[in-house]
Amino acid sequence: MALPNKPLGELDAVANPEIKEHECDCLIVGGGMAACGTAFEIKKWAPADMKIILVDKASMERSGAVAQGLSAINTYIGSNPIENYVKMVRNDLMGVVREDLIYDLGRHVDESVKLFEEWGLPIWKKDANGETLDGAQPAATLRDGGEPVRTGKWQIMINGESYKCIVAEPAKSALGEANCLERIFIVKMLLDKNKPNQIAGAVGFSTRENKVHVFKCKTALVACGGAVNIFRPRSTGEGKGRAWYPVWNAGSTYTMCAQVGATLTMMENRFTPARFKDGYGPVGAWFLLFKAKVQNGLGEFYANSPAVKDELEKFMPYGASAVTPTCLRNHLMLNELKAGRGPIYMATDVALNAFLDAKRAAGMDEKAVKKYWKHLESEAWEDFLDMSVGQAGLWAGANIEPEKTGSEIMPTEPYMLGSHSGCCGIWTSGPNEAWVPTVEGTRAHQYKWGYNRMTTVDGLFTAGDGVGASGHKFSSGSHAEGRIVAKQMVKFCRDNASFKPELKQTPQELADEIYAPVKLYMQHVGATTAANVNPNYCKPAGMMMRLMKATDEYGGGVATYYMTSGKLLGICLDLLKMMREDSELMAAGDLHELMRAWENYHRIWCVEAHIRHIEFRKESRYPGFYYRSDFPTCDDENWKCFVNSTFNPETKEWLCEKVKCINIIETEPWI
Amino acid sequence: MPSYVDPSKCDGCKGGDKTACMYICPNDLMVLNKEEMRAYNQEPDACWECYSCVKICPQGAIFVRGYDDFVPMGGQVHPMRSSDSIMWTVKFRNGNLKRFKFPIRTTAEGAANAYLGQTGANLDDECLLLESNLPAPTKLAK
Repeated sequence: MALPNKPLGELDAVANPEIKEHECDCLIVGGGMAACGTAFEIKKWAPADMKIILVDKASMERSGAVAQGLSAINTYIGSNPIENYVKMVRNDLMGVVREDLIYDLGRHVDESVKLFEEWGLPIWKKDANGETLDGAQPAATLRDGGEPVRTGKWQIMINGESYKCIVAEPAKSALGEANCLERIFIVKMLLDKNKPNQIAGAVGFSTRENKVHVFKCKTALVACGGAVNIFRPRSTGEGKGRAWYPVWNAGSTYTMCAQVGATLTMMENRFTPARFKDGYGPVGAWFLLFKAKVQNGLGEFYANSPAVKDELEKFMPYGASAVTPTCLRNHLMLNELKAGRGPIYMATDVALNAFLDAKRAAGMDEKAVKKYWKHLESEAWEDFLDMSVGQAGLWAGANIEPEKTGSEIMPTEPYMLGSHSGCCGIWTSGPNEAWVPTVEGTRAHQYKWGYNRMTTVDGLFTAGDGVGASGHKFSSGSHAEGRIVAKQMVKFCRDNASFKPELKQTPQELADEIYAPVKLYMQHVGATTAANVNPNYCKPAGMMMRLMKATDEYGGGVATYYMTSGKLLGICLDLLKMMREDSELMAAGDLHELMRAWENYHRIWCVEAHIRHIEFRKESRYPGFYYRSDFPTCDDENWKCFVNSTFNPETKEWLCEKVKCINIIETEPWI
Repeated sequence: MPSYVDPSKCDGCKGGDKTACMYICPNDLMVLNKEEMRAYNQEPDACWECYSCVKICPQGAIFVRGYDDFVPMGGQVHPMRSSDSIMWTVKFRNGNLKRFKFPIRTTAEGAANAYLGQTGANLDDECLLLESNLPAPTKLAK
């Protein structure tokens, strides 16, 4: 046996990679729902000679948050007033949101859903008797007035195993396959050499061959999802792969945009979903479609107790809505757990049997009840098999049949995202409409500056998880937002036709920076007999554990029931500073490890922004997602505002500031 | 629940230019060992268990074994995916079996309309392709 001081993996890295230069007008970084929306839409507006390139870290057919599939589309407006959608999002996110962005999304999202159906996504329908038809049975399309199966007011059910494959297909064919570059991980956005605050390109590397790719562009979209594996997960062994959000989202969107000076917003917001314990299967269908309730360890359905009503009254007006904000639902659950009244169970058995009892009570015979049960059971399992197969695997391994026993629910480790029930992200311009407020000051205070969804950096756009202060977009809204951006990128190119991007660094300088972890590895690997322990470098895997330990213990992770304080945050920032320094000592022996090195570099930066924001906001805006023990309440009087932060790429300084939050939609009534 | 490869079934996609599991894994986990012409999951604790590799493998050589830090042994969830539907077999630890079949697509592969050649009307308004008369909010805040 050879000593283990050789690279692992199958694709060894070399010290001096080949360099490939590309030039284009529009660069799309990412391949998920948002990027696919842009890819589909952009050619509809672009002149024939406009060059557009999409770069995906993975394969578009199965990349991004929808890679595995989904069992529901959570944003479909249908016949609801868009104003009510804005009110729902505003309340769920405790009042501090960009209503212009949310309204704008609401008026485009249904078109994306109708396209999905046309492309082949099976969408459940109601027949004339109100019974459910799965998406393959003949029924009128949404465009032709077909009635989807609503679970909540905004959600519709789908047979969504192939959702991403179906959405990626026309995205690729619209752009042309030759313009879709897969397995290239963009790690840095690049500013123009001559024009201040203007995007001019990006650089990344192939995970398949030793090649660095340098792009020059006039405008770019960065849509690479949220951030996962940033707090220590509840499962720290093999199961840390079973993250609730896609484990390959490394905070790249936030870091790459922040580093070129794009203003971030609401980075203090995080999402801590309560999900089926360990398998992290979805709970939406169980709550909404199957009407299941949660029970504490004493068997009490605590959600409607008088004590809970009193607790919710502490958080007005948010606590008063019929649908309690997601963070407050967590808060109530945490109160049960902290009082020793755990575990919390989703009473799947009670819910499913209630359906059967209702059928029997309505006179259905046992044979028909049995048939009905088969259908119901299939729907229950499909919810997991479409989007979270691991949960089905856990049930199979533990002999759990949902009609016989309930399953434990648990708030997960925190995640950062802007498209689900969270709203951290990048501060962008709203649409160029009269109803979007005009505000004086720098772009970090304004609501519109000419190009919808453009960041505060000229030519740099974002969408999906990237756009902050505008949650509840989900898959469909992210696609719609990508389509919005497509048109704006073309407009930006038209308006800046004479702009010729020029990079500050040479391609060789960029390649050396990107391959630094490889050079470091090669220089020092011989210093010890085992490659993973070496005093001259650290490995990405260890760096990720170091980050997750620091955030968990000091930044309000599961270790402290999400509690932190100014003192603890200060320690966390000190640790992060050293991690940022040590990230330059990360070493990679193969291309997969080089990808992990850059992902962790992105994670460290975006977590630092998160901690800075929590430290700056002297209140607890999202009880149940995180708490500050030194400012334990939600303080609307002083903090009903955005917190925006901007990293100055020249001075390397951060500026955190309060920004006015303006209501556009009526506040009386609040909901 | 990381994926694993059955060496008696995997043929490394015969060394073609595209090893299916390696092509599809969203997290760059599946790799081909060219000497053995077999694929493997190089980082099981980063596996989301999205089943993309299992579904795409032309030899049916890839399976999933539950995450060893919380799933009891003996269960298995395995799909057979065709162009319009997917059939799941769920085997419980106690040996019980359940099968479910769901539709996955209502059009032929490759048939999604990309609206090639269609163009939008006015680059200076907010309407996207197929849209017109976008609404503006009513019920405004005072």
